[in-house]
Amino acid sequence: MSLQVSDLRVYYRTLAGDVKALDGATFSIADKEIMGLAGESGCGKSTLGNSLIRLDGRMKYVAGSVTLDGNALPIWDNTGMNEFRFRDLSVIPQYAMSAMNPTRKIGKMTGELLESRGENFAAIKPELLRRIDLVGLQRDVLNLYPMELSGGMKQRMVMVISTLLDPSLLIADEITSALDVSTQRAVAETLVSFRDHGFVKSMIVITHDVSILYQIADTILIMYAGKLAEKASTSAIINRPLHPYTRMLVSSLPEVGVRYADKKLSGIPGSPPSLLKPPTGCRFRARCPLAFDKCAEEPPFVEVDTDHWVACWKATGTDA
Amino acid sequence: MSGPASTDPRMESVSGSVDIDKEATAVPAKKAGGEFLYFALRSRKFLFATAILLVLVGFAIFGPMIDTTDPMDTNGVQMSSPTMDAGNWFGTTILGEDVFAQFVNGLRATFFVGLLAGALAAFIGMAIGFTAGYKGGWVDEVLNMITNVVLVLPTLAVLIVISSYLKARGVLFEAVFVGLFSWPWVARAIRAQTFTLRSRDFIDLAKLSGRGTWKIIIQEIAPNMSSYLFMVFILLFGGAILFAASLDFIGLGPTGGMSLGLMMFNSVTYGAALTLGLWWWFIPPGLGIMAIVGALYVMNVGLDEIFNPKLRDI
Amino acid sequence: MRRYFGRKLLTYSITFFVAATIDWMIPRFMPGDPVASLVAKQAGLSSAGATALVQYYNDLFGFQKPIIVQFFDFWAKLLQGDLGLSVYGHGRPVVESIMGALPFTLALLVPAILLSWWAGNSFGAMAARRKWMDNAVLPIGYILTATPYMWLGIVLAFVLGFSLRIFPMSGGYGFNLEPTLSWEFFTDLVAHWIMPFASLFLVMFGGWAIGMRNMVIYELESDYSRYLEALGAPQGLVRKYAFRNAMLPQITGLALQLGVIIGGQLVTEIVFAYPGIGSLLFNAIKSEDYFLLQGIFLFIIIGTLVANFMVDVAYVIVDPRTRVGMRGGTA
Repeated sequence: MSLQVSDLRVYYRTLAGDVKALDGATFSIADKEIMGLAGESGCGKSTLGNSLIRLDGRMKYVAGSVTLDGNALPIWDNTGMNEFRFRDLSVIPQYAMSAMNPTRKIGKMTGELLESRGENFAAIKPELLRRIDLVGLQRDVLNLYPMELSGGMKQRMVMVISTLLDPSLLIADEITSALDVSTQRAVAETLVSFRDHGFVKSMIVITHDVSILYQIADTILIMYAGKLAEKASTSAIINRPLHPYTRMLVSSLPEVGVRYADKKLSGIPGSPPSLLKPPTGCRFRARCPLAFDKCAEEPPFVEVDTDHWVACWKATGTDA
Repeated sequence: MSGPASTDPRMESVSGSVDIDKEATAVPAKKAGGEFLYFALRSRKFLFATAILLVLVGFAIFGPMIDTTDPMDTNGVQMSSPTMDAGNWFGTTILGEDVFAQFVNGLRATFFVGLLAGALAAFIGMAIGFTAGYKGGWVDEVLNMITNVVLVLPTLAVLIVISSYLKARGVLFEAVFVGLFSWPWVARAIRAQTFTLRSRDFIDLAKLSGRGTWKIIIQEIAPNMSSYLFMVFILLFGGAILFAASLDFIGLGPTGGMSLGLMMFNSVTYGAALTLGLWWWFIPPGLGIMAIVGALYVMNVGLDEIFNPKLRDI
Repeated sequence: MRRYFGRKLLTYSITFFVAATIDWMIPRFMPGDPVASLVAKQAGLSSAGATALVQYYNDLFGFQKPIIVQFFDFWAKLLQGDLGLSVYGHGRPVVESIMGALPFTLALLVPAILLSWWAGNSFGAMAARRKWMDNAVLPIGYILTATPYMWLGIVLAFVLGFSLRIFPMSGGYGFNLEPTLSWEFFTDLVAHWIMPFASLFLVMFGGWAIGMRNMVIYELESDYSRYLEALGAPQGLVRKYAFRNAMLPQITGLALQLGVIIGGQLVTEIVFAYPGIGSLLFNAIKSEDYFLLQGIFLFIIIGTLVANFMVDVAYVIVDPRTRVGMRGGTA
């Protein structure tokens, strides 16, 4: 197995106390698997993705373990993680468009970055150029400053840089959020091509837009209010969702070419609970149309079908 | 006389650009004023600075009421060092004037000039900055040129030239002139901020509802930057005090009246305070200025932390 | 590039024109008659003598001629480098007086600016990285930058000069010495130079340190820093980028602070009776020597503009984005 995460808890420190942004995540990703990670804003997906690579600012590791290719990742140890970063796991950040030093030529910056990680830039350069071709950029982009590139170009460049050392795991954080639809498609396809070319083994694609995942992901993990709700293959999530939240999420998607003249698009009424003092029991309870007494007790994230995991009493057939 | 670290872009990052992670700051919602007070009372820097300023303002207001000696009255014993006797707390000058009386009266003048000059510079800077940023185009070009010209002028030199020709100068004059030259950095910063705000949706909405330029600026744009504007004023206030002190020190301050800079001027020139060692004459005024300006700078940092949650120490 | 510098030169030209015009205008539009007050200073003149003096001054200043003519005369003389004669200097050409004082001023100003900029930036950068250093540098920096230049000068003079008698408190060199190329003279020069230098240096140092500290913190929190760290880059590389980027606003800051620094220089020289431009200006004010005053003022203006221009050039060299912007290459 490529990645195994067990009961990972990462909180945010605030003046008012700890915000339990990620409260117990357990899942695994196989080689060659592209896993989509989806949910509303504030559900913890970014926290999950980012905690794997670097604990930022107010984030604080509380509990849990992460194993990549058999190696335990010491995510609480910033220096210890350096060994793994870039080589074994890498990230395409949400802020990719401003991720490059504005006062350094792109080629120079890449070279300095690689050399600082102990790689030989001259040896890697041919591969770098090949990949630049692959994503549709000009080779002379290495001689340019970031400000001379468009937003989309910068993003593609960051994608190339991040995957240059062929990491086992790539985390793509909301990389399509700021783009128009056709560029979104291009970027999504590029991601898949990276996997198919063997540049990365597995991927976590974080987004709030399930429709993108439908196009490129093998499996989808749905999160809600810091907890995992459902994980299954893409077709299972879209066609046979078990968790009420997933169902409402999927049904709120408009379909291209279908007119919704007779039905109202159902959004999901209500909003997620505060994670400062989260409610006991199932966190979706307040908004769930299927909630019943048992939901006062928190449902465990269990495998109900082959590779289909759900955290819901109704889905596991446990009726009060 | 020194300027603020006004090259700090953080000062331009206060309004509207705070992209707080929703998960990270789940502080219970309070009304804007209430939240300010909550953090203000917990900010050590803010409280410390406010305390110092209050003490000095207290001196300025109540000092002359407690010690009613005329600061220019030369009846006292000459050159006496500070004692605990009433009327002699800070000692006397070479001519027998009461240094404490001079100090507290000088404080009044200093505060007055600082406030007036600061307010004037703030007003001009805002007027020019908002207009240039909002209108753009050739209006912006012209205002930019004006700003740049005033920016490059070595202000003290200009004021020296102007002041030295005037026989009688009032406090108002000094304040107005200092204010007239201190605004360029403010105009620049406000212009930059206005540019970013101008393209926001709520401005489009305001324009669509037919509001006039100035109404939009005053009612929509300025309130978004209110915390920043306040901090700008504080820095201008401090800067004006330093500036006026320098002017006074050269002997080009207001004729008649007392000021802290003037005390230093007197002590060093005809007072020969250095050669005679009359330290009580020149230490208090400088210390006073340093305390006021330092407190203002610290307050500015404190306010920055209060208004910009990312900077708060946890 | 041409457009960028063209605009700068235009701004500076306008500034110079405005400043020089102010300079020219003031004596002519001020209330009262400058000539009369000048003459009134000469006590004990017979009325014939007074009339002759009035005539002389009027000729000198050209007050009798039409305003327009006066204006053009002024510019004509200016462009020839004729700044008039100094009354305080007993008839010496103003240019000569200024040149005599200039070396002293530059000897203070240039090292003070360069050293404080370098030292302040270094300390500020270090403070941004180490908490213990930050706790020391920050308050000291704020105190220093809030200190009025002349007051620090006075305090230094008092403590080191008066109380401890380590350094002399006034003058450029000992009154008993003649300027010669001797070691004795040189050490005496330095002894007189140290306190005014220290005074200027310390106040400026505080400002730079604080500015740099803030800038470095800002850059260390930027997206590109985070990205590098996410890819496991060592702190050395991250810092190198952060420092270099933090320096850029410090360079523009230099230009912005020039006016303030010059003001500081002026008052510091006055405190120490140091024979530079500042003291000259002070004496000009006291003796109402208007030619000298105007001359010094114009000189300061020109110096400021030249310095500004040099900073502009330096900035273009150091920040590659300015050159790119000028090439017209953005997306």
